[in-house]
Amino acid sequence: MKKVIISIVGKDTVGIIARTATYLSKANVNILDISQTVVQGYFHMMMIVDVAKCKTPFAQFAAEIIALGSEIGVDVRVQKSEIFEKMHRV
Amino acid sequence: MIISQEEVIETNTMVREENLDVRTITIGVSLLDCADADLKKTCDNIYAKLMRVAKDLVKTGEDIAGEIGVPIVNKRISITPAAIVGSACCKKPKDFVKIAKTLDKAAAKLGVNFIGGYSATVQKDMTKADELLMRSIPEAMAATSRLCASVNVGSTKTGINMDAVRLMGEIVKEAAELTKDRDSIGCAKIVVLCNAPDDNPFMAGAFHGVSEGDAVINVGVSGPGVVHHVLKNLHGADFETLCETIKRTAFKITRVGQLVAQEASKRLGIPFGIIDLSLAPTPAVGDSVADILREIGLEHPGAPGTTAALALLNDQVKKGGVMASSYVGGLSGAFIPVSEDQGMIDAVDAGALTIEKLEAMTCVCSVGLDMIAIPGDTPAASIAGIIADEAAIGMVNQKTTAVRVIPVAGKNVGDRVEFGGLLGYAPVMRVSPFDCSAMVNRKGRIPAPIHSFKN
Repeated sequence: MKKVIISIVGKDTVGIIARTATYLSKANVNILDISQTVVQGYFHMMMIVDVAKCKTPFAQFAAEIIALGSEIGVDVRVQKSEIFEKMHRV
Repeated sequence: MIISQEEVIETNTMVREENLDVRTITIGVSLLDCADADLKKTCDNIYAKLMRVAKDLVKTGEDIAGEIGVPIVNKRISITPAAIVGSACCKKPKDFVKIAKTLDKAAAKLGVNFIGGYSATVQKDMTKADELLMRSIPEAMAATSRLCASVNVGSTKTGINMDAVRLMGEIVKEAAELTKDRDSIGCAKIVVLCNAPDDNPFMAGAFHGVSEGDAVINVGVSGPGVVHHVLKNLHGADFETLCETIKRTAFKITRVGQLVAQEASKRLGIPFGIIDLSLAPTPAVGDSVADILREIGLEHPGAPGTTAALALLNDQVKKGGVMASSYVGGLSGAFIPVSEDQGMIDAVDAGALTIEKLEAMTCVCSVGLDMIAIPGDTPAASIAGIIADEAAIGMVNQKTTAVRVIPVAGKNVGDRVEFGGLLGYAPVMRVSPFDCSAMVNRKGRIPAPIHSFKN
């Protein structure tokens, strides 16, 4: 399993999850968990996904989701889970 | 292990709003095997080796930054002190300048922003080659843009080489004169050290010591903005809470560096050396060590209490960072440059911060008097005196100290100097007008302090 965290920040709108999930399904990426919250007036969504079977190279995969995010009008980050594991766990 | 959304938001807020970054991945490269009796052959060997060892550095850094979502600002190279590499083939200062140009050319070709190690380690005495290299520094700095020079003039074990200190006073003046059309920027790339570490990834003092292997990855972390941010919620909190919070934050920042270092090491096939846990400010608003000192409770850095606040900060950064990394080295602490930190510049402008107070602060920070513009007519002997004072602090306190001052040609106290980019801008600061030349002109070295004899 290769865990990647997709985090989305922006104004809440129709279809954020649907459009992201559709892209992930086409890219053969499995969604492990989704959570969402509102912090300081901003909509935050986090997806934990498994990219082990994703056919697209990581850089391209990330670029495509980020482009999709700008189409929807939200800020998207795609990061390998290690950064959070390292930073927040002893 | 489940990652919580709060943790993801916290990390990304650090990057997005608090300027969290990895300041540098620095590859240390040994050039000992490039030395030849022929100058051209030596230069060719150096160029070829750097191209071979560091060819993937910039791309690897960018790849890792893209994958973890944390910027890696600089990719750099440090080399074996050039005085050693060129000792067999350089017969005059101009020969060393040829090596300098070769290094600069390689750095430009590889896309790294600085290459450090145009250096001599003369803490006890100078070889002929050391002296030639030191004398070549002004011309080398004027003729290159990415090369950094450093000279280690003292150590706790050897004392202070006052002949080298005196010479460096003159060299700094000469470098200022040779680059006077660019606000004497040559001096921004020259640092004079005491107790220089062999594995420092930060410029201008980075070099690859002779105790190191063939190549090594050292990573410098940063993050003053992150520390500043967490302290905003702690007004009036006691010292225990303050210190614990800084420590926890330093731990998180350092873990990012550790991850980057391990990944870079794996991908480049070069061993991981150390993490340098430094709070390195930049001129960007919100990326300031001075802001942290203010948040601790000072009106401006330089106010009474500044040394204590800085001591506390430096110590907590180390305590948090040490546990986050398997190997810690380099300078590791809070940097207090003037021109690279907006809060420090403001403190000077407000009349709160003087060179004398900065000197006191260097007793407890990680390095020394850094990026300080001084009047262009400051005598070489006074610059040597400033270097000697800093070296004495380092020697007696068994810590690294350094001097990077810029005697800006044609400028006086109250004038402003613009260096640009990461180097920032600086108000010209007052230097004591009283003379120290009779002391500086004494020959020889100051003996090592009594507490260095530990055998």
